[in-house]
Amino acid sequence: MPETLSIVVVETDPERAGLIAESLREAGIYKITVIPETTGLARRIAGINPDIVLIDMASPSRDMLEELTLASGPLERPVAMFVDRPDSSATKVAIDAGVSAYVVDGLRADRIQPIMDAAIARFNMVQRMRIELQTTKRALEERKVIDRAKGLLMKARGIDEDAAYALLRKTAMDQGRKVADVAAALVTAAGLLS
Amino acid sequence: MTGRPITAGYIPLVDAAPLIIAREIGFAEQEGLALTLRAAPSWSLLRDQLLRGQIAAAHMLFPMPIAAALGLGGAPSRVDILQVLSLNGNSIGVSRDLAQKMRAAGHGFDFADALAAGAALIAARSGPLRVGVPFPFSMHAELLHHWFAALGLRAPDDFEMRSVPPPLMAKALGAGEIDAFCVGAPWGSIAVELGVGEMLLPGTAIRATAPEKVLAVRHDWAEAEPALTRALMRAVWQATRWLGAAENLLTAAEILARPDYLDLPPELIERSLTGDLVISPRGEMRATPGYMTFHAGAASFPWASQAALVATRLAARHGLAPDPARAAARAICRTDLYAANLADLGADLPAARDKIEGGLHRPTAFPAKQGKVILPADAFFDGWIFDPSASA
Repeated sequence: MPETLSIVVVETDPERAGLIAESLREAGIYKITVIPETTGLARRIAGINPDIVLIDMASPSRDMLEELTLASGPLERPVAMFVDRPDSSATKVAIDAGVSAYVVDGLRADRIQPIMDAAIARFNMVQRMRIELQTTKRALEERKVIDRAKGLLMKARGIDEDAAYALLRKTAMDQGRKVADVAAALVTAAGLLS
Repeated sequence: MTGRPITAGYIPLVDAAPLIIAREIGFAEQEGLALTLRAAPSWSLLRDQLLRGQIAAAHMLFPMPIAAALGLGGAPSRVDILQVLSLNGNSIGVSRDLAQKMRAAGHGFDFADALAAGAALIAARSGPLRVGVPFPFSMHAELLHHWFAALGLRAPDDFEMRSVPPPLMAKALGAGEIDAFCVGAPWGSIAVELGVGEMLLPGTAIRATAPEKVLAVRHDWAEAEPALTRALMRAVWQATRWLGAAENLLTAAEILARPDYLDLPPELIERSLTGDLVISPRGEMRATPGYMTFHAGAASFPWASQAALVATRLAARHGLAPDPARAAARAICRTDLYAANLADLGADLPAARDKIEGGLHRPTAFPAKQGKVILPADAFFDGWIFDPSASA
């Protein structure tokens, strides 16, 4: 029985870190350490000397880990999985999911696979939630602007709400722009004129 | 926007300007390209995206393609340097604590004298200096290594270099995790703005002119897509020429400031472009001509000797044989494509791909195949030179 693999998860958001650690625990027996993104990152990781480091690809802190790949001892040297094994299918799936992994050179693929599967599934979900949140936020902001633009039109032209919206939509179509963009332009212009 | 689609990646920094301007002022479209720009959160991810073909071209730190050629930080891979995007643009800053000690000891923060600043820094430090740089393979690291070596400082007893992403640099300085930094614009200005540090030197005080960012593509891609490569080089080169005109800098600052690019105040970006820098939270100004250069002095030309210099340094620090390292680095500088693709636009073409690095104390004419090549001063502050013919 090989030794328990040690995994470091770099994640500042405690809730997210907890979710990732939890799904890793379900996948097998690992020694999991969560480290927030700090400037001493590379040294803290070197101190733990893990087999695998997982980090969100969107994190600028990934550059801090680059130092680790330059460490002198070949066995303690984690390598960027996506650089050294660019053709493996695990790499491709992980990249699509937005997770970066640094894996100690020479670690067998069948030992990495369950960890990557678990991490990827979790990262995928978190990623999707993040996108959904952004989309919802944007939609909400657009709705607010459109409502204000409608109000301005109703007042200025003495038309009702439906007619105001129809006018916005027609203008947007004529100009090949989004309704929200036309509305934003109108609100800005009105702000300047008033 | 019409044309052949192409995607380039960049890090949101002022010196990504040539790519952003190529798109926004229409040079890309004029060359038949529908250029999509994609911001990356880190240099390592940008490199991986380029190697995996998710982007065709990238804004890269000059030493990155050289490190790739040497097999440092990943599997060896051939990434070519098509042209240089910018020269200089870095600054060195110190924490408020160090700055106070240095002022108390009589240092005047002239923002010019690297020897005096170095001596003052050494006198003020307690223990090894912890210095932040954005990436291990960067001109920031190269400049600091040169400066520290010339001052007699040795790693790890005297200093320790740490990678800190530029957006976190001011925070790291404020939190006392680093004592000093070398970072690109506008992040030095931001540290000053936030009151956590003061600027000590521009990078140009250590070396008068140094390449900074390059336009990089995979070698295979450049071979497979000669027409796209040509169009991209032409669009970007024309953008650098446009950026070389002082009257365009205000417009450039406004474009770069947009939320989809740098998302920062245009005033801050303009300071970096013009070199009128505020160096302390008290508002002291220092004019630094040539703080960031895009065009003048054949700035875009990818000198093989510059790559050989960086390769020599990287090889020495990482225990690699110097000769093969230099040969590999020289091979990726596509001076051939530079001449073939840019000559009819009127680009000045040097008659050789090597020069003595660090040899010029004032602007000097260099033999040209076309146009007139006046090289800017490029001396190191300690007079060190790199002669590629002596070390080849």
